[in-house]
Amino acid sequence: MQDLVNIFVKSIFVDNMIFAYFLGMCSYLAVSKTVKTAVGLGAAVIFVLGITVPINYLLENYVLKAGALTWFSEDLADVDLSFLSFIMFIAVIASMVQLVEMIVEKVSPALYGALGIFLPLIAVNCSILGGALFMQERQYSTITEATVFALGSGVGWFLAIVAIAAIREKIRYSNVPAPLRGLGITFIITGLMGIAFMSFMGIQL
Amino acid sequence: MAEKKEALFSKKNRKLLSDPLDSANPISVQVLGICSALAITVQIEQAFVMSLSVLAVMIFGNIIVSILRNLIPSRIRIIVQLVVVAALVILVDEVLKAFLPDVSEKLSVFVGLIISNCIIMGRLEAFALGNKIWPSFLDAIGNAIGYAWILVAVALFREVLGSGKFWGIQIIPESFYELGYMNNNMMILPPMALITVALIIWAQRSRNKDLIEEN
Repeated sequence: MQDLVNIFVKSIFVDNMIFAYFLGMCSYLAVSKTVKTAVGLGAAVIFVLGITVPINYLLENYVLKAGALTWFSEDLADVDLSFLSFIMFIAVIASMVQLVEMIVEKVSPALYGALGIFLPLIAVNCSILGGALFMQERQYSTITEATVFALGSGVGWFLAIVAIAAIREKIRYSNVPAPLRGLGITFIITGLMGIAFMSFMGIQL
Repeated sequence: MAEKKEALFSKKNRKLLSDPLDSANPISVQVLGICSALAITVQIEQAFVMSLSVLAVMIFGNIIVSILRNLIPSRIRIIVQLVVVAALVILVDEVLKAFLPDVSEKLSVFVGLIISNCIIMGRLEAFALGNKIWPSFLDAIGNAIGYAWILVAVALFREVLGSGKFWGIQIIPESFYELGYMNNNMMILPPMALITVALIIWAQRSRNKDLIEEN
């Protein structure tokens, strides 16, 4: 249990997708103009990460990894399909995103309108694929750990985008030097927030 | 190419090459491909290898999608594009692992993340799907180089100021350190990549007023 809490907290604060690895920056910068759309996209990211990482975990451990196919037949013990992992992961992600898109369109047309083009782009949101690849690299031992890591990363991403959206809503009233307006100042704020988040480094529960 | 009315390097085609370097730069103007751009700019070598990988994937991706553009049904185009890009990235990854194992180690997940690099998808969506092979090829080169120069510039600042090295070779002489010069360890940390890019954007936009945003 403690391990799980530890993974969760670590993936939110210490290994924050945005501030430590810059994953999902494109949509982070593009959809953070208002808090409302930021919340929608953030929630979508948590949801998609929470679904795709466990599925990819199963794929990785029962299909792709060296010797993962032994449950199927002893003869396949030395088959290593891990070179296929990119293509498998992205296929799972793309189909899941399609699903989320259909659900959001049905449940909340307003949100669908607001997110517009960015919903299909979750498929190419680096944080989703990044979640799957980090899961693969860090070798979580159970599917629960992988899921907790995915949810934690999603929450971290959510926090980051909502925070920057809130700041950008306020900064509209400030006198930023003209060439820095928009993109430039957002970068600088993200950098400063990243420095603040670094104070979480080394936290262990 | 059936029709050869347009010269290979007509003015329009030259613009495809030169625009992404400055006024339509993928990173600082179109805001694409930031994800991987920032994380691997601690050392020039990594940034350079990354740029080459992106260049290769973009050129072949743009060409393949441009060839297939009339065959891809628009409903499933994103998945088709992802599969094309993912296959290319697997190739690049295997090549890196074979020939540059230590750089490949350092780039870790970011090679895989070229798949979801918005630059590649963005250019496939916006350009290769609607244009012939030759312009798509030029567009790929232009954008990849536009991406590369920002990457290398950021890496240059970070490596020289952060660890006093250029391409892994010490360039700030020992005598400076004896006089009390210190490497700015801050530059190695991730947040400084953002701030360095912001400074590049600042410089670029003060030169080119058209790029200034309202808010």
